[in-house]
Amino acid sequence: MRALVWKDLLEEFRARYAINTLLMFALTTLVMVSFAVGIDTLTPKLHGALLWIIIFFAAMSGLARPFVKEEERGSAHALRLSAAPELIFAGKFFFNLLLAGALTALIWPLYYMMMAPPPVRPGLFLLLLLAGIFCLAAATTILAAIVARAGGENTLLPILSFPLLLPALVMAINGTAAVMNQGSWDEVKQVLLFLTSYGAVLLTASLLLFGYAWND
Amino acid sequence: MAWKWILGLWMLMVIVAAFLYVPPAMGLGELSRIIFFHVPLAWVGVLAYLAAMFNGARYLKYNEARYDQQAVFNAEIGIVFTLLATITGAIFARFTWGMYWNWDPRQTSIFILLLIYGAYFILRSSVEDEERRARLASVYSILAFISVPFLTFIIPRLYATLHPDPIINVEGQLRMDSGMFLVFLAFLAGFTGIYYWIGTLHARLVRLQDTKKRREVDRDHA
Repeated sequence: MRALVWKDLLEEFRARYAINTLLMFALTTLVMVSFAVGIDTLTPKLHGALLWIIIFFAAMSGLARPFVKEEERGSAHALRLSAAPELIFAGKFFFNLLLAGALTALIWPLYYMMMAPPPVRPGLFLLLLLAGIFCLAAATTILAAIVARAGGENTLLPILSFPLLLPALVMAINGTAAVMNQGSWDEVKQVLLFLTSYGAVLLTASLLLFGYAWND
Repeated sequence: MAWKWILGLWMLMVIVAAFLYVPPAMGLGELSRIIFFHVPLAWVGVLAYLAAMFNGARYLKYNEARYDQQAVFNAEIGIVFTLLATITGAIFARFTWGMYWNWDPRQTSIFILLLIYGAYFILRSSVEDEERRARLASVYSILAFISVPFLTFIIPRLYATLHPDPIINVEGQLRMDSGMFLVFLAFLAGFTGIYYWIGTLHARLVRLQDTKKRREVDRDHA
């Protein structure tokens, strides 16, 4: 599995396809949002909504790549022969997690500079971001495999993943608003618990179902 | 055959009862009558999705095309019922809360069900190979349903909702006039019967299409 993640990372590092698309997309939406809002002050709720919308759509533009690439090059067959589906799933999941993490690590400082959101407690906010990314990667990994098997259209991933990710997005937005409002630990804990359990359920179901989507 | 006549008469009677027999609910007035249509529609919408998901799982297990066919037509029936439930719900919302749409947790969950149905059909239409289409659609139908309990049971508990309590509410109490409740149950049974009827019609259609195809193949060979 480590070899699989390493292979994807190396390839990504050489070709830089997914990460470039992700970053450009994130930057474009961020600038657009910032430009539209101007110097108005937004409520914490709006900050949360905008931040997670940017993360969601930026992630959608690139997270299907690892699987689509395998199908396009035909290397998916070799992968199918050489490793168990669960291992492949785990490898791609960790890769997506890293990709989404890198993406968010770049979006948040830029967002902070451009949009001037209210100050947050860094530790708490980091936990929230991590939990959100966990859900994002858990949902998109198997869906990316489905998209790749369905012909690899780019528009398919957001359509398929939105219903699945909506509970997570709603809670992440509420949690972000709570953190920015200097909300209590209990309030944020509720959101964190929800996000981690939801991500864990998604991950379990994906592991059970991945074999069916991946093999013929 | 007889049960179809009975079902027809049954629906006729309950519709008349809904408008003439049941007294208007307190605080809601004549508007309360819409719940006799709204709740069963939503119920069948969810039931059909469960049937589609169940058939999808059976397809994955046994790999027989008929399960996939059943999954599809359940989804087809379900999307119509869900759409109608959404519309009747919006009408109810307009006249009680003042807006057709206000992202109440309940409205969100039925909307998500609609989105799942939509995504399911878009996924199906984008796969050429029949077997692969059935397989991917089955996987997606199971996966997508995960979000529904979270949206219907957990998020509404954490945040306030305006929606009247579901019949099976937390306290396990009934907050309905007994006559009203009787008519309501009759509606639930009636709509479930209609759903079953559409299902049998569809199964017959599929059987006939199969026979036709087989005959054409036979003729070509002859």
